[in-house]
Amino acid sequence: MSVEHRGEWGSRMGFIFAAIGSAVGLGNIWRFPYTVASNGGGAFLIPYLVALLTAGIPILILEFSLGHKTRHSAPGVFGHLNKKYEVIGWFQSLIAFSITTYYIVIIGWAVSYAVYAVTGAWGVDPKGFLFGTYLQLTDSPMKLGGLNMKVVIPLLIVWGVNYGVLRLGIKKGLEKANKIFMPLLVIALLVIVVRGITLPGALDGLDYFLKPDFSKLADPQVWLSAYGQIFFSLSVCFSIMYAYSSYLPKDSDIVNNAFITGLGNCSFSLLSGIGVFSVLGYMAYSQGVSVAEVSSAGVGLAFIVFPQAISALPGLSRVIGVVFFASLIFAGFSSSMSLIESVVAAIRDKFDLTRNQALNRFTLISGLLSLLIATRGGLYILDIVDYATNQYGIVIAGLAELIIFGWFFKTDSIREYANSLSDFTVGKWWLVCIRGTSIILGLMLFLKIKNTIHNPYEGYSWLALGIYGLGVLIAVSVGAVILANKKASKKFEEAIYKNGIGNEIKLDENKD
Amino acid sequence: MSTGAIVMGILTGTILWGGFGLCLYIALKSDGKKNK
Repeated sequence: MSVEHRGEWGSRMGFIFAAIGSAVGLGNIWRFPYTVASNGGGAFLIPYLVALLTAGIPILILEFSLGHKTRHSAPGVFGHLNKKYEVIGWFQSLIAFSITTYYIVIIGWAVSYAVYAVTGAWGVDPKGFLFGTYLQLTDSPMKLGGLNMKVVIPLLIVWGVNYGVLRLGIKKGLEKANKIFMPLLVIALLVIVVRGITLPGALDGLDYFLKPDFSKLADPQVWLSAYGQIFFSLSVCFSIMYAYSSYLPKDSDIVNNAFITGLGNCSFSLLSGIGVFSVLGYMAYSQGVSVAEVSSAGVGLAFIVFPQAISALPGLSRVIGVVFFASLIFAGFSSSMSLIESVVAAIRDKFDLTRNQALNRFTLISGLLSLLIATRGGLYILDIVDYATNQYGIVIAGLAELIIFGWFFKTDSIREYANSLSDFTVGKWWLVCIRGTSIILGLMLFLKIKNTIHNPYEGYSWLALGIYGLGVLIAVSVGAVILANKKASKKFEEAIYKNGIGNEIKLDENKD
Repeated sequence: MSTGAIVMGILTGTILWGGFGLCLYIALKSDGKKNK
């Protein structure tokens, strides 16, 4: 497929905005602050920075190089190596597909809550409001309870925005949208930070967030959490960065772009951590409890604790409420668009479809599946599918990627390729990092399996975990095999199967 | 707020935001040269 057909970023800044926008998601706002506070506070930032430099940025360099070199999304990148590896690319793409189906729903909740924040609709009981009034949650994952229109309507709006932006293409759609969403996200976070740190009790919150407990550095679990936090927050190993870098112009930088993306993502995390914990510090102060008692993460932080904190603010509470949920919406949109684009690119590349044909098919199937999450039992499905895809799917996809590139191929040629294009270069340590991260991911997967067998996730029944968790992973695996074996378009066959990457950058199988 | 928290906050902020700014500066400078 020609560049004109695939699309191209209009500027380097356009790509950087989009790549950071993809990496900065809900997790930066609702997961990072809690992870820091519960893993040694400021001391956790040491393994976090080490993980960024030894895992996050090296993987970004790998994916940017291969996407740029092959000008294809994940299936094309892996197919270039050998047809038998194409299935890994599809596995990564389908992980992105399954994340989209529930991620979009959470953005829909944030849209609803941005409206509710205007009136403070949750009143004095945000927990009861979320689970009762808004989600109308059933008592079991096996009871779907019908569609919840309060969730369906914002969900349709979120799908509409994503569809509308992506239909416009890379330069006019994705790039322009990110150039709007990312500055708005920075402004929203700055408003929260400034309001937060001027509140009484804010310094106690920040102290809880950043006070270092260096004894935790001796705990291997803290280091694994740091690598996990970096790995899950950079949008790596599930096809996005391959697709995004495949739209880079020919002479684009690789290494510096990877550093900017990695450092930018973590800068956002630190900023949101300061905002979140200064507000939580005020909340603890106003209730006369410790910060630890109000500290939480995920859906609980965003839709229960924060609304409670917003209600307790002495002034501008409604404005801060709208701004907080707007920040979730901006962060969510820039990530959801990247998830959808990565799958659309994979479908277009292999079957030579137009953007609209691929986007229509994706939106129809993923849109229908997302309605499952918009049922009254949808929160349970979301929780289990999120756990399965994040804790297992992405780790398996990443492990396969790093083992193949780190151990099976002479990957040094990728480093040379990246260095030849970049503002500054990377040394041989890069390959050591790729290999080392594969070992860490293997360890993470082993411990996760061991833990899940002994303690079923969140106490769900094995039936529910089997249907929604294992079911998704099996569906993704079977889907990947089917798509990898489907007949490709002539263009794909010519570009990928017949004209492999091996010829050009000597990515030969490592037989040393 | 404890000294440890302040030091870790400033240190990490400097590395992350400083590093981000520096890399962005290098990118803008290099793009400027290419466009000349």
